[in-house]
Amino acid sequence: MGSSLFQGKDLTCIRGGRTVFLGLNFNLAKGQALVLEGPNGSGKSSLIRMLSGLVRPRFGKLVWQEQDATKDPEIFQKHIHYIGHRNAIKPVLTVLENLAYWSGKTKDDPGLEDALDHFRMLPLKHTPANLLSSGQSRRLTLSRLLASERSVWLLDEPSVGLDVASVSLLEEVIKTHRLKGGSVIFATHSPIQVENPDRLNLQDYSPLYNKELLEIENDEESWI
Amino acid sequence: MKAFLNIVSRDLRLALRQKSDLTMAVLFFILTAMLFPFGLGPEPNLLARIAPGIIWVTALLAVLLSLERLFLADYEDGSLEQLILSSTSLEIAVLAKVLAHWLTTGLPLILAAPLIALLFNMDSDAMTILLIAMVLGTPSLSLIGAIAATLTLGARRGGVLIPLLVLPLYIPTLIFGVGAIDAAMNSLEAGAVIANARPHLLLLGAILLVSLLITPLAGAAALRQSVE
Amino acid sequence: MSVFHRFANPNRFLKLTNQVLPWVSGLTVISLAVGLYMSFFTSPPDYQQGESVRIMYIHVPSAWMAMFVYTSIAIASVCSLIWRHPLADLAAKASAPIGAGFTFLALATGSLWGKPMWGAWWVWDARLTSVLILFFLYLGHMALMNAFEEQERGNKAAAVLAIVGFVNIPIIKFSVDWWNTLHQPASVMRADGPTIDPSMLWPLMIMGIAFKLFYIVVLLIRIKSELIEAKLRKYRRAVVDKAH
Repeated sequence: MGSSLFQGKDLTCIRGGRTVFLGLNFNLAKGQALVLEGPNGSGKSSLIRMLSGLVRPRFGKLVWQEQDATKDPEIFQKHIHYIGHRNAIKPVLTVLENLAYWSGKTKDDPGLEDALDHFRMLPLKHTPANLLSSGQSRRLTLSRLLASERSVWLLDEPSVGLDVASVSLLEEVIKTHRLKGGSVIFATHSPIQVENPDRLNLQDYSPLYNKELLEIENDEESWI
Repeated sequence: MKAFLNIVSRDLRLALRQKSDLTMAVLFFILTAMLFPFGLGPEPNLLARIAPGIIWVTALLAVLLSLERLFLADYEDGSLEQLILSSTSLEIAVLAKVLAHWLTTGLPLILAAPLIALLFNMDSDAMTILLIAMVLGTPSLSLIGAIAATLTLGARRGGVLIPLLVLPLYIPTLIFGVGAIDAAMNSLEAGAVIANARPHLLLLGAILLVSLLITPLAGAAALRQSVE
Repeated sequence: MSVFHRFANPNRFLKLTNQVLPWVSGLTVISLAVGLYMSFFTSPPDYQQGESVRIMYIHVPSAWMAMFVYTSIAIASVCSLIWRHPLADLAAKASAPIGAGFTFLALATGSLWGKPMWGAWWVWDARLTSVLILFFLYLGHMALMNAFEEQERGNKAAAVLAIVGFVNIPIIKFSVDWWNTLHQPASVMRADGPTIDPSMLWPLMIMGIAFKLFYIVVLLIRIKSELIEAKLRKYRRAVVDKAH
């Protein structure tokens, strides 16, 4: 695998006065798949949001291709695509209109139909999104990954609402993405099969689960 | 620029497909203004005198009603996160959203205003100034209101908070908006109408410029905070 | 663990506060006593307004403080947004109710003063109207700060609002003055004279200083109690986390 693409050093996330994780390091290379593990509340979603640039780390550094991007998340934001719990779908727009809007392409762009086809959504392209089932909505959301053509995918529970067949579509798409040099970071509770993934267990960095960290956190010197 | 138009056209399309949203502000505007003659009596001179104030206050309240949904749907369905992550600068995106809001709220109010002016016996000179003042003033209402709309995303009782945050900031627009029409109505010679109203209109323009400057900055900062 | 040296230190702030607080409190009491004595006993009654002019010694410094505290909040807000310093948030949060209190005091004394002068409890005088609007800006700031589940978000949103409000204050002030000259008959007496006699100026100045000192004392106490509260919350959470 190539050199480092995206790196986190000593990352600390504090939310609502509570330390979610601290001293976290990770390293993502081209073509790599990084699977985030850990029980509820260990900070998987928080980490993914931090890596998308939505949440700034309280301490620590984010490095994109050897360039410090902690203060300026726009450096890596243009290379990532984030998919969170919510689908960002407008119910009164059609499937194609929804996809076109977020990928910044016009409706007649062949890339859009191609993306929909990968997730078996092509027959529904003129359907208003309010008629979609929750699984179909998720597939529409996932097809944005292909339409937007970013190199790093950040997926937070991507398979929620998907049936077994759809999960294997997603696995297929991730595999192709990695073969083309793309990377993916995801958190999931239902299994998604990828080849030789690297794993990061957030339990080790969460004061809620790692009692050693609790002692440091309660140090008199630390901030409220 | 392309991204700007992209957002405007999407928001317009969303508004057009949910027609009820589009007509609500105008209906509120007309119905509320119509209540005043019942409360104050039908005396034509009195109505003509207080018409500028009534039109501006009701227009302001109509805009206020529409502010909450300006960013709320995007916030709730996750679109806002995608908007922040998209390559469009968030400041531009805020301006685009506000323009779409004005086109679906402010513009219909301007179109409905002459109707109310007629019902209140306003003369044609004053009506001209009313229209100019509203063209200059209602965009400021959308712009200033957008700040409050972004700040209250995710708040408890967000809908109640918005008026409290926004009304003090609306006062200058209200004062100069009404002042322009008053000045026009009080001028004795026909030629002096524009000259009398001009300072008020210029000040409305100045407020618009300041709002154009502040809203993208404050709005973008507030949107980033709201998803953090 | 290099990370933790970058934590700002609340304990140092608490220590400093505890050292300063008695001195500032003492100064406040002295200046307030001197100021009140001078305004009630040594300063002369006004030849037009009589004894009711003494309301001025509370009203004018309150109005000053209303603006002064809002300015402080705006400055703290800038610090909070740029340097993300938690103490700036605490200062803004602790200041808002004090400023709102001063603003209310200015409105109430203005109304009391207005009754003998204008014959009405409330007159839409340009100054009073501006102070009234400022009062609503304070209320909005406080409401927004407490409107979120997460205090952090409330702090940041209120900081943006405070800055926007601060930029708007001159515009509001100007527009209200303009509106007032258009609509008010010229006979309305202004609350301030063009010149002021030293025998009135001195007590006014001392009261002004006393009010500022009072603000500092209350501010420090409020920040202190916020810090202690935060510490308590942390200990309580630590107990819960250990039991987890």
